[in-house]
Amino acid sequence: MTQAELRLCSLLLQEHFGEIVEKVGNSLLRTGPRPLRLLVGDTGLLPDQVKKALCVLIQHNLVRYEVQPRGSVEYEARSERILRILRYPRYIYTAKTLYGDPGELLVEELLLHGHLPMSCAVSRVADRLTETMEDGKTMDYTEVSSTFVRLADTHFIQRCPIVPESPWNTKAPPPPAPALAIAEKDMYIVPRLSLVGKGKRRHSCDEEEEREHKAKKQKQEGGNSETPPDDGIYWQVNLERFHQHFRDQALVSAVASRMDQTSSEVVRTMLRMSEVTTASGASHTQPLSSNEIFRSLPAGYNIGKQVLDQYLALLADDPLEFVGKSGDSGGGTYSVKVTWGPGASWAPPSPFPHPSLMPLFLHRFGSRCARIFRLLLRKKHLEQKQVEDFAMIPAKEAKDMLYRMLSENLVSLQEIPKTPDHAPSRTFYLYTVNVMAAARMLLHRCYKSVANLMERRQHEMRENKRLLEKSQRVEAILASMQATGAEAAQLHEVEEMITGPERQQLENLKRNVNKIDASENQVDETIFVLESFIESTMKRP
Amino acid sequence: LSMAGRGRGRGRGQMTFNMEAVGIGKGDALPPPTLQPSPLFPALERRAAPLPGGEEGEYMLALKQELRRAMRGLPYFVKPGAPRRDIERYSDKYQLSSPTDNAIDWNPDWRRLPRELKIQVRRLRKGRTAPLVPKQNMALDKEETIKKLESLEKKEEEVTSEEEEEKEEEEEGKEEEEEEYDEEEHEEETDYVLSYFDNGESFGPDSDDNGDEAVY
Repeated sequence: MTQAELRLCSLLLQEHFGEIVEKVGNSLLRTGPRPLRLLVGDTGLLPDQVKKALCVLIQHNLVRYEVQPRGSVEYEARSERILRILRYPRYIYTAKTLYGDPGELLVEELLLHGHLPMSCAVSRVADRLTETMEDGKTMDYTEVSSTFVRLADTHFIQRCPIVPESPWNTKAPPPPAPALAIAEKDMYIVPRLSLVGKGKRRHSCDEEEEREHKAKKQKQEGGNSETPPDDGIYWQVNLERFHQHFRDQALVSAVASRMDQTSSEVVRTMLRMSEVTTASGASHTQPLSSNEIFRSLPAGYNIGKQVLDQYLALLADDPLEFVGKSGDSGGGTYSVKVTWGPGASWAPPSPFPHPSLMPLFLHRFGSRCARIFRLLLRKKHLEQKQVEDFAMIPAKEAKDMLYRMLSENLVSLQEIPKTPDHAPSRTFYLYTVNVMAAARMLLHRCYKSVANLMERRQHEMRENKRLLEKSQRVEAILASMQATGAEAAQLHEVEEMITGPERQQLENLKRNVNKIDASENQVDETIFVLESFIESTMKRP
Repeated sequence: LSMAGRGRGRGRGQMTFNMEAVGIGKGDALPPPTLQPSPLFPALERRAAPLPGGEEGEYMLALKQELRRAMRGLPYFVKPGAPRRDIERYSDKYQLSSPTDNAIDWNPDWRRLPRELKIQVRRLRKGRTAPLVPKQNMALDKEETIKKLESLEKKEEEVTSEEEEEKEEEEEGKEEEEEEYDEEEHEEETDYVLSYFDNGESFGPDSDDNGDEAVY
């Protein structure tokens, strides 16, 4: 783990789970898997605090545990999973675009709580949706349930590994920790539940406390009818599936910008058909015949069969190899190439779309540097002189740009000696782009950027803490006054408690914080592209 | 000893790489040495591209901020226990105290977790960590006496109050939620501690003498 990743993980944990969880997470990240007592010693926290933190981290799949041969339990932090916290808004938004409000809230609840039983998730979401509806209306459980099932069918959510059945032989002491496991085929099976009910509105505080009291009493009595029918079956969000969706989106977008809308629709259809049949990590989708594709095109698309075939042929012939032809049966079978090779992601002239990596250069180094970079990608190896000639940039500038990129590890020098003694005057020095190194370097910078953004945002909030608290108090007063029906003049008086300059300061703060937050989201998009690229390149044989 | 410095004079001034290749010709004046630390922020040559706006960006921004706010309110956000205050304040009676370190506010499925992690679920009694004696601080004896009288009164009336951070921690935790009523919350313990505090009082200055003056 690099320092940048560590720092970012630390900030994410602290912001979402507090300092105690951060300390525990940090210790695990920096020193590797350890047992509980070493953690307590290392962090200097109370044992109960550490236990609590571990429970939270395990609940959210950020830490895993393993029973060691000698019987102790070791805990290990999952750094790549911690970094995904940054992407939560994107997962939730995607669920909204695909499955509407129930989908959005289901995914949100699952992310907020780590994992939940279906019954619990459905009732929570129904309650939340009911809150937003008009008076007298409630959200029925069945609608939320059916959305849940659809999410499971398309693999966006999955079942968590389950506790193994305890053997009948109870003479042996129970293991210090359960060995959770689940088979792939069981992961998406929704238990047959008849969830009947409607969302509840939150009434006044007393009523809610009453209900809580009742619920607590029942919990304590234990073993009563309140045990949910799907006890022990928990669900979590399947992040990989969302990532697959993002990749598909990017592919479709690339096709659209390179060719046209219709071809992108063809590719989108092909991807949709292969959603659940493409194994994660596969380089191509399963082959689909053009007849099948024709049948699956969305209803609004009235293109003839021959036109579709022409599009498929065009896509297959394109040097970027979005689509490959794998056979001739059924009118020709085609599959979509889903890995991101160097060609697809960096190729000129249309840089990989949204987020495009070319602008990274344009804004850091200037458009001429970008030209040199693209040139090197295309030609693989070039001498200094050749770079100047092909890029049509004067020698002095070219040299300067090359050295700058060299110092940033974006390009590297390759020596090709002409003579065995490697004399400098008789050696070719070729510039080349080491794509993986460049990608890793950029990714490292991205992690650093996000960490810096977060720190700055927290700094801004701390600096204005007093003013923020004052503003919250004033709002609370205003709200209560409005509820009791105060006059406009009185309300105005209270509003005046915040002076003009203070109001300005608050607006500035809000604007800055919004900008920083939006930037964090933006950088995470780039992180996704780079991580996917690195991962898929490493997987290739 | 003389061998150590042998190579110094000979190799001086030469470098491992070819200077000309880097662009510094022979006899060129090298740039003057910098006498200042490098600037805190390097000069910004080009400004960053504007952020993509649009509905999607706005919505995700709102989601992000909402998530952050929501997570702070969930029980997974582990707050440290409230620090022990040095003087009891009147307002303590009316403030909700934060949960003690040993409490866990949600009910995880213990079957899925290692056994060593199991802690008591919200038993407020467990808040008593350190014994009371070392915590005894130099409060005014008058206050102490009044406090004791108050607590005795309360005990007699058996009024359930909100959490107070008094020295007698027995009062702590007598909350509205009866389910939390632990068997350990017995009067005997209160008596024991009270008697102990009686002993401590005799060490302090005589309250008759320092009726109106502060005790330092």
